[in-house]
Parts: sequence; structure tokens; C-alpha cells
Amino acid sequence: MLAENIAYFSSLKPVLLWTDALVFILAIVIIGFAWYAHGKEYLQAPWRKVFTSRTGMVSVVVIAVYTTVALLDSIHVREALENKGDQEEIYYSVNVISFLDLALGPLKNQAEKTYSAPFATHLYAKETVELPGGANIRLYPRLKYGGAHLENPVQDKSRDIMVRGLSGLTAGLLLWVILVACFIWKLARYDRAGFMMTFKNILHGRCRAPWHVMLLTTGMILALIAMVISLAGHYHIFGTDKVGQDVLYQTIKSIRTALVIGTLTTLVMLPFALMLGIMAGYFRGWIDDLIQYLYTTLNSIPGVLLIASFILMLQVYIDTHPDLFDTDASRADMRLLFLCIILGVTSWTGLCRLLRGETMKMRTAEFIQAASAFGVRHSRIMSRHLLPNVMHIVLITVVLDFSGLVLAEAVLSYVGVGVDPSMHSWGNMINSARLEMARDPMVWWSLLAAFVFMFILVLAANLFSDAVRDAFDPRVKNR
Amino acid sequence: MLAYIIRRLLYAIPILIGVNLITFMLFFIVNTPDDMARMQLGMKHVTPQAIEKWKAERGYDKPVLYNQAENGMAVITNTIFYEKSLRLFVFEFGFADDGRDIAHDIYQRMWPSLAIALPILIFGLLTNITVAMLLAFFRASYIDVAGVITLVGLMSISSLFYIISGQFLIGKLLHLVPISGYDTGLNALKFIVLPVLVALLYGIGSGGRWYRTIFLEEIGKDYVRTARAKGLSERIVLFRHVLKNAMIPILTGVVVLLPLLFMGSLILESFFGVPGLGSYVIDAIRAQDFAIVRVMVFVGSILYIIGLILTDISYTFVDPRIRLS
Repeated sequence: MLAENIAYFSSLKPVLLWTDALVFILAIVIIGFAWYAHGKEYLQAPWRKVFTSRTGMVSVVVIAVYTTVALLDSIHVREALENKGDQEEIYYSVNVISFLDLALGPLKNQAEKTYSAPFATHLYAKETVELPGGANIRLYPRLKYGGAHLENPVQDKSRDIMVRGLSGLTAGLLLWVILVACFIWKLARYDRAGFMMTFKNILHGRCRAPWHVMLLTTGMILALIAMVISLAGHYHIFGTDKVGQDVLYQTIKSIRTALVIGTLTTLVMLPFALMLGIMAGYFRGWIDDLIQYLYTTLNSIPGVLLIASFILMLQVYIDTHPDLFDTDASRADMRLLFLCIILGVTSWTGLCRLLRGETMKMRTAEFIQAASAFGVRHSRIMSRHLLPNVMHIVLITVVLDFSGLVLAEAVLSYVGVGVDPSMHSWGNMINSARLEMARDPMVWWSLLAAFVFMFILVLAANLFSDAVRDAFDPRVKNR
Repeated sequence: MLAYIIRRLLYAIPILIGVNLITFMLFFIVNTPDDMARMQLGMKHVTPQAIEKWKAERGYDKPVLYNQAENGMAVITNTIFYEKSLRLFVFEFGFADDGRDIAHDIYQRMWPSLAIALPILIFGLLTNITVAMLLAFFRASYIDVAGVITLVGLMSISSLFYIISGQFLIGKLLHLVPISGYDTGLNALKFIVLPVLVALLYGIGSGGRWYRTIFLEEIGKDYVRTARAKGLSERIVLFRHVLKNAMIPILTGVVVLLPLLFMGSLILESFFGVPGLGSYVIDAIRAQDFAIVRVMVFVGSILYIIGLILTDISYTFVDPRIRLS
């Protein structure tokens, strides 16, 4: 078994897409910063304040779950094709899949014929079926996978769902209890306190961090995931879409797209906004005029139109140069990357203006004057003296922008200038389900799944950004 | 004042030139007209004759920047850059891919956009201010906390959800108003109600929260303490003193939007089938009609710049301490 697994994994060919690389760079930067901040009180103090906020920490747990999914989905591989004959060379499938696909295997592959409702055992549309006698009859055919194990679906379904759901729930809660016990034991050792003592402290919220709400959130998420796992193999929890693909699978796959757009966009724009904003504020004069001209010009073009023209042009370029991309995934990925870049171009102006203002305020401060009196070079003053002092603005803007970008993706995909239609994203899901609203009876599950997953992420991001702003913004102190 | 306005108008020229250059580069340098013709005519099995014909019909068969075949001024004027980009400055918008006059279309579609956008702005302002005032009045109480949480929740829902569920609830289940469409004159009213309601609900989250912070910032200022020290009641302090001063940032934030109201809202108009400029843009994007997109980029930036100038002027009206020079 193990040997088989190892052989399978070693037969995979890793694929590094552009956005994957950037996602991992971002992850490394964040881990690196945490490492760097270790033991530096002035860097830790505001973060410690974030860690005391209850809503902030609940959202951190939620965001962490989403991020884990997105990171798993960012490791891409191509499967080796079965070797027919005795060719030396191994050919790889053109389908790029991720580790998440491997984990979700059954969800991905158990495709039905067309629409089916959540937990359904029958298709959503009537079909003509030929009876053995030669006569035709129109009925709702059984699904190939959804509830296929049931002998008599009408009678047994609800009981089966209940049993599976409850057993999943129990497993999840058990796992949670074990995890919590381990955590308390670890914390007790760290604090050099007794186990029961630590437990009581956590229960009454007497610790520095709001562990009780965090653990509660983790428990809820674990129970939910365990329930989903125990049900998803036998039912389509969110139903299936037009081509019969599982909606739950699509929603989970969309998480990466949303997170990539939310984070990489700001990452892409950050160097420009930082450099230009600080330069404009520090040098003043014609450099300031030039940079101001630049951002006013970009700002004056309505955002959607600029994105639309850019993406349309990119699509023409991609379509006329098909030889540049070896797989569909790399083509879709290129479009995602450029979408991030152009979203960054339309949104860096706000940050740039803020940074310019802040730098202008600071350039007359004594420590800057002292630095220039000592003959410190301009570039060094900007990077060592000004940059660290405006980083709180950068952080607040980046975190604030995140939720807006996730929402914007859905709208842009609707307009037709979002991510590639072949890429899973909430916007694409909503867009393709929109036409089904007119159907009677209505197909609502795709929309619901996309909206619920999006809502949870955006809400968590909004609450987290509030906590970050409360901790970092000097103006909201003690309100 | 007049000198200031004239100077601001002159400043707008380089910005418009910049916008023009950006769109020109995007539409004609990144991809040649040949690429676009191939795109429009279908990628495969396109004969060179068909491409030439497509280009000639739309006036894309000229050199991009410099026409060597011509003499005198025509070296520059008989080019794509002059014909397609510079003409925009004198509001000659040319024709769409299906041969319609873009300027005429814009003029026609401006009014439905305005009919939707103006009520949204006015009623949105009223509801947001009311909500924010209430929260500021009950600040630091449970009402305030619950209100802010509700606002954050409302803010986290996708705008598409409001539209789709609004159409489903009010249009399909209750049959109160038509789901989509538009009519002329007063008959348009029944088509306007639903989009406006949806937009109000969507805007209340971020708008209400933002205005609340503005109010709270005002409440922390010295003059409010003075007013309270005089013995004024909290209600009078809030409505007579705080509201007036808080209106300065609110109104000036609104003025910049005024010209852009003509542009309408992209998704709202497209979902509700309103023949405004927003759906015009979406249709153009879907049909890959680059001529319309190019013109709309230009029109949008002009309106934005007008908005900026109006904002500066409005400062002097609401706050006499500010003088333009």
C-alpha cells in the first residue's frame, strides 16, 4: 500500500504555474516576517493586540482553513499516462491537477449526467428510458453515484443521511476533543501550570488570547468537515451542475482563485505604490508632479473599463499565440495573473496617495533631518527611515482591500472580464447558474453554495481587517 | 475663482492626453488590427482578403502612426492614431462595429442610466446618514454594536446576491414589479423601483459604517464638548452641530460622483435590462466591440475629471475657510 502510494507520487510530474510560485513566495515572506519579528517587541506589540480581539481571532481560524485549502490547491502536478508498449519516454496527461484534486478524488470524478438537487438520488430532469419490453417511459432516472448504495431511496434516504451525518459529527467531535486536550497539555507545559488550571483559565477566557472562542470555532469547523467527508462520498451535498459536476467540488476549487486574487493583487501593486508614494512625498518638486500626474491619469479611467480593455486585449493576445502555452491550465493561469496585475494597477493609486501624504508629513520630522544632516543617502533614508514608519498604512490597506477584491472577482466574471471561463471561481459559478434562475422548478444550489462560501470568507476578512485596523491605526486608539 | 477653474481645466488636458495614449497603446499596439480582425472573424479559416475587408470597413487599414504614402499634413492625419484616438478630443466618436453612431447611442442611453443612478444616490445618502446618525446617537451601547455587526454582515454579501434574490423575491414570488425591462416617461417608474431598492440595501453596509466613523470623529472634537458644556441636549448637539460639520466630508465625497452618474451601473443595468450606458458597456465587452469600449473609457475619464474640479469648487461653498487660489 505504502509502496504503491510512493510509486504513484513519484510518477507525477510537478508543474509550477506562475501564480503558484507567487503564492509560495508570499507564504515564505509571511513566515519569514514572523521569524524576523520573533523577540522584537516593537514589531510584536500591535500583533499581540490583534490576538486579543475575539472576532479577529475567530476570523483568523476561518481564514486559516481557507488558506490551507488554497495552498493544497497550489501544488500542481501532471499524472503520467499509462505506458502502452515499451516506449522509454513517459508521456504526461495534459490535465494539470493539484494535490487538492487528489484529496478530493471521488468528488471530482463522480460526475452525473446533468442537474441534480442536493442529496438527491434522482436526476432533476425527466428522461426517456427504454423498458425491456421495448416501450418508452419518461421518468427521473437514478443517479450514477448520488445515493447509489441505497436499495430503496425513498424510504431509506433520510435515515441513511442522518446516520452518516451523525457518525461524521461524532468522529469530528472526538478528533476535536483529542486536539483540544493536546493543546491544553502543551499550553499548560508552556505556562508551567496544571492541566485543570489551564483548562479553567481557557474556559473562562482568562488567557491572553481568546483561546475559548478559537477552540470553539475550530470544533465547529472540524465537525462540519467530518460530516461533509462522511456524506460526500455517497451524496452530492450541494447537488450537481449542468454537466453533472459536483457543486461542492467546484466551490472548494474556487477558494484558491479568490485567495489568489485577494492577495496577489496587492502583492503585485505594492512595490510600485511604495516606491512612487514615498518618492513623491520625499522629493517633492517635479518628481511629485510627475507621480501625481501618473496616478491621476490612471485613476481617471473608470476601473471596470480599464480592466475590461486590458483583459480583452490579453485574450486576443492569448488566442493569437496558442503556441506559448502547453496546457489549458497554464493559459488560464496567465489570465489570472494578468487579472491580478491589472486589478493592482487600478487600485494602487489609493495607497500611493496615502503614502505620499504620510511621507510629506514625516519628511520634516527631526529624525529625518538628523539622518540627512549625517549625510545619509536619499535611497537609504527612504528605505531605512521612512519605509518602516509607513508600513502600518500598507498593512491596513492590504488587509482592507482583500475582501473588496474577492467580491470584485465575482462581478468581473459576470461582466466577462474575470478569470478564464475554464477556471473554477465563484464568479463563474454564479454566472453560469444565473441563467437557470428562469427555470421552473429553479436550480438554486450552485448560487447558494457560491454565495455561502464567498460570504464566509469575506465576512472573516472584514472582521479581521477591523481587528488589524484597531491595532495598527494610531488614530483609532482607545475608542 | 474663475482663474482657478480655468487653470484646473487646463490641467485636465495632459491627463486626457495620457488617457488617450494609454487606450491607444492598449487597443492598437498590444494587438495589431490584424489580430483583432482575426479574432472578430473567427480564429481559423480566415482569408487575408476577409481581414483586409474587415479593416477597410472600419478604417483600420491605415498605418498606425505615420503614413508614408501621403504628403503634407496627411502624413499624420491619415493614420489610425489621428482618426481613431485624436478625434475623440473633439467628441467625434465614430461608429460601432455594427455601424451605429456611438455619439447618438450615448446620448440616447444616458437618460435611463441617470434615472436609476440619481434616486440611488439621493435615497442612499438619506438612508446611510439616518442609519449612521442612529448608531452615533446610541454609540457604545448594544444597539450600536449590533448595528455595526449587521452592517459588516450586509457589506460582506456579494452585490450579485442582492440582485438575484431581489429579482427572485419581489419579481418572481410576489409579482410586485417586473423582473427586468424599461419604458419611457412615467411608466419607467415600476422598472426603477427594484434596482434602486437593491442598490440601497447593498450600499447601506459600507456607506452606513463609513458615515458612522465620520460622525464619531466629529463627536470627539472640542466644539462638541463646548456645546455640551453649554448645557445643550444630546439631540441638539448631534443634529445641529455634528451633522452640519459632518456633512462637509460627506457632500464633497458625493460631488465627485455626480458626473459619473451618467455612466450608470454596469451590473445593475445589465441584470435589470435597463438600456443605459452601463449595459451598453457590458454589451460592447461581450460583443468585443472595441470602438465602444475605447470611447467609453474616454468619456468616463472626462466625467471623472469634471467631478474632481466640482469637488474642489464645492469645498469653498461648504467650508468658507477654504479659498481657492
